[in-house]
Amino acid sequence: MLANFTPSASDVLRFLPETILITAGTLMMVLDPFLSASKPKFFGHLSILAFIAALFAAIAANGDPGFAYSNLLVVDGFATYFRILVITIGIFAVFSSYHYLDREKAETSEYHALLLFAVSGQCLMAASNDLIMIFIGLEISSIASYVLAGYLRHDKRNNEAALKYFLLGSFATGFLLYGVALVYGLTGSTKLNEVHTAIAAPGISLVMVSVAAALMIIGLGFKVSGAPFQMWAPDVYQGAPAPVSAFLATAPKAAAFAIFLRIFVTAFQPVASSWEPVLWVMALLSMTIGNFAALTQKNVKRMLGYSSIAHAGYILVAITSRSEIGTTAAMFYLAAYALMNIGAFAVVIHMAGKGETNVQIDDLAGLAKKQPLTAALLTVFILSLIGVPLTGGFFGKFYIFRAALESNLVWLAVLGLLNSAVAAYYYLRLLVVMYMHDPSEATEALEPLTPGLRVALVLPAIGTFILGILPGFVLNFARDAAGIGK
Amino acid sequence: MTLLDIIIAIPALGFILALLIPRNQAQFSRLFTLAVSLVTFVASLGLVTGFDQKATGQQFVTNFVWIQNPEIHYHIGIDGLSLWLIMLATFLTPIAILISWNYIQDRAKEFYAFLLLLEFGLIGVFSAWDLFLFYVFWEVVLIPMYFLIGIWGHDRRIYAAVKFFLYTMVGSVLMLAAIIFLYTQAGTFDYVTVLDMLQSGRIALTHTEETLLFLAFFLAFAIKVPLFPLHTWLPDAHVEAPTAGSVMLASVMLKMGTYGLVRFCLPMFPGAARENAPWIATLAIIGIVYGALVAMVQPNMKKLVAYSSVSHLGFVVLGVFSFNQMGLDGAVYQMLNHGISTGALFVLVGFLYERKHSLAIKDYGGVATMAPWLSIVFMITTFASIGLPTLNNFVGEFLVLQGAAIRSISWAAFAGLGVILSACYMLWMYQRVFFGTVDGVEAPADAHGGHDDHAPAAHGHDAHGHDSHGHSMPDLSPREWACVVPLVVMMVWMGMYSQSFLPVISAENARILDSTRKSPISSNVKITPVTGGSANAR
Repeated sequence: MLANFTPSASDVLRFLPETILITAGTLMMVLDPFLSASKPKFFGHLSILAFIAALFAAIAANGDPGFAYSNLLVVDGFATYFRILVITIGIFAVFSSYHYLDREKAETSEYHALLLFAVSGQCLMAASNDLIMIFIGLEISSIASYVLAGYLRHDKRNNEAALKYFLLGSFATGFLLYGVALVYGLTGSTKLNEVHTAIAAPGISLVMVSVAAALMIIGLGFKVSGAPFQMWAPDVYQGAPAPVSAFLATAPKAAAFAIFLRIFVTAFQPVASSWEPVLWVMALLSMTIGNFAALTQKNVKRMLGYSSIAHAGYILVAITSRSEIGTTAAMFYLAAYALMNIGAFAVVIHMAGKGETNVQIDDLAGLAKKQPLTAALLTVFILSLIGVPLTGGFFGKFYIFRAALESNLVWLAVLGLLNSAVAAYYYLRLLVVMYMHDPSEATEALEPLTPGLRVALVLPAIGTFILGILPGFVLNFARDAAGIGK
Repeated sequence: MTLLDIIIAIPALGFILALLIPRNQAQFSRLFTLAVSLVTFVASLGLVTGFDQKATGQQFVTNFVWIQNPEIHYHIGIDGLSLWLIMLATFLTPIAILISWNYIQDRAKEFYAFLLLLEFGLIGVFSAWDLFLFYVFWEVVLIPMYFLIGIWGHDRRIYAAVKFFLYTMVGSVLMLAAIIFLYTQAGTFDYVTVLDMLQSGRIALTHTEETLLFLAFFLAFAIKVPLFPLHTWLPDAHVEAPTAGSVMLASVMLKMGTYGLVRFCLPMFPGAARENAPWIATLAIIGIVYGALVAMVQPNMKKLVAYSSVSHLGFVVLGVFSFNQMGLDGAVYQMLNHGISTGALFVLVGFLYERKHSLAIKDYGGVATMAPWLSIVFMITTFASIGLPTLNNFVGEFLVLQGAAIRSISWAAFAGLGVILSACYMLWMYQRVFFGTVDGVEAPADAHGGHDDHAPAAHGHDAHGHDSHGHSMPDLSPREWACVVPLVVMMVWMGMYSQSFLPVISAENARILDSTRKSPISSNVKITPVTGGSANAR
């Protein structure tokens, strides 16, 4: 039988978000020679339009769920949830970049094109039903991210960040690929649902399956910055341009967790008992290393880097619980985490100044006196990061530990909660300098918030409150989507 | 919508509106927040008049689903236990605003707004009937107090604020773990349902589970109380906090801990509570004596009052873990008494501080001659604090001691020591601050009644260099009168006619005690009879 090379209408619709993003990115590169000098902001506007179009496409695709392109892709609630999440992060990344790029005199089309490519890769990851597709999505996302991390190529810190990210990232991808190869060798398939069936069948070498799972855990562990594969995260977040750090800390991580969940909840579900202890240790190590290392940091970006490791640990707790509630909790937490990190980084972008000279915690001193609104918004994000009620961060954490306790992970839950009390210490330092110290030189000379940053601060703050006070909508969506294992 | 909803909503709305007031309108912020807090207080009087003393269980109930799945209810209501604590919060908030009138000038708008947020959280804590909701309010209270100490406090304010936050946080995350664990067993956060399931045995906890859950709740509450040896955050927080912060902290926030013990620890885990009562009571007694002894040597007035709080709160915990009607009634009544009299002490120390900008006892002397009315009010408050009959603390301490004596005469004996010591440290402080002179020379006996401008003893010490203008001190201003008169009235009222307050408390306590006896979980524990039950005390 001849293969049918004409995609059906459903195929096209289910792949529409990625198509839009890739087309817009390519279009920008074509338009660049004509427009970059006269209209430097044009590309930002265009990418926001593309993101919004992709957002609607993702919602539209959800109206017609199912497999696409010979089962390589799958559009379900889970895919849609993560597509919407990474696209939203992309929108905020653009909003928080306007002012930064202007300040650094680095407004180009390629920055925005790379963002679009990265997000398209992440959308693809979210909607993959095939290990090869996952790999392709991951590479699209990663390579664009490597370049973005070194975007200001005359800046040493950017170069260091990009190189580290690239080397360690490729290394991790290698592990993932080994795992994929092993799975294919064992099961004869790369499709997640077929792998699931093959592993569940009797007669398969569970030892080899576990080795494959272990290799994938290593690869994905790197991508989500889970300990002991977390080394790169603080360096990269510190070195990369601040808006890129904001993006790297949120979108690739969300997408990596999406495939983590999808692979381990679907394909490797039959051998869950063998990977659960590994994830247990990984979750605890991530929380502990991230939180304790963050205690002594002086650089805000680096501190947020370590905190992101700790937050990865919380999400790993949710995955360790191996239940639909756990999947829901991880999904919800990723949304809350994305909003609070975007907001926190937006303040860093605002504060940093040309050449990112003011990124120490002490540079925030007296912010509350000079710009009470900025300080209040950062306070919202910090309280959410600590996990204080009525914020998304709290409800997310609550849900994660609920999942853990329902799966009888009592000690992991208790240690995780105690960890979050440790974390309060270093987050409080930001509040202390902002509210209780006299203004620093950096805050004295601070310009008012630009409209772009205002969007990237106010909307995530509102979102953080919505997730904390009325989490129902997002939670229900996540819960309906979490049944991917069935 | 019940009256209780309105009382919770007013400060919350007031907080948001107060934040919207322009920064340069400090005076308007003061007036606005004062008005909001007064309206809240007046509205809360409706709770007292509308409270049906004959009915059992919650009143003014609002219960609707807040979050669908997991099902979390916005379930609030009050009973005899929470009624007076809510009144305490609404009663003291206007006073806290009024005492800060002149003192707080920097970022005034935020200060007053935070006081309203604090009030909102406190009322919420005392009226929540859903465990999740309770935790939410419990944490909400933390934020404004953290800022009140950290921004408007004294020199070591940042250290104190962070310490306060972290201590509370560590305790409360374990409580959160316990709450979630209960949810996984019961499938609901609704406290009444959870309690019912625990008492009817539908949730069968093992002995270890019950003990661990009890300890998780207990630790969170014990830190808040604070129970010795978890009290070390308290003196720091009190000394560094602005007066209004100290007042709210001592008077109302500490009661969150003792309220939690009575409301949650006792009824939910009666077996574990009874088992652990001996060492808890021992810690409480150590706290009573230790707090009093440390208070005696404090050179700083605020620190002295802070340690006296450790001592007084020890009485409350002792009463709670006496497991009898007298002790529990006394404990709850003592929560209110401590709120009024220690609140008043902090208010008055704050007045002294505003006059002389010092908290050190040695910087004062002869205040009685310069500000006689202030001295008289201070004296009444001191008497109240040391438990003089006819004033409020006497009633509470008497009941607690009686309750403790029923359980074990040695408990009562050691705790009674605390009463004696409290007279020592309070009167000694009073003597050094209000009589004599700055450098300790006795003031002439006829100085009493001197006018507040130039007291006879004032001259001749200028060269000493403490404060060359400090020998005159204005007496209470009308604003200050407005702060202290309600407090003094309450001290006398609560001391002379406790019947206005105690019956509703007793009724609720009887129910709580009753529920701790019939629970099947505690069947493996030997239950002490209420009367004459000193059998297992030793």
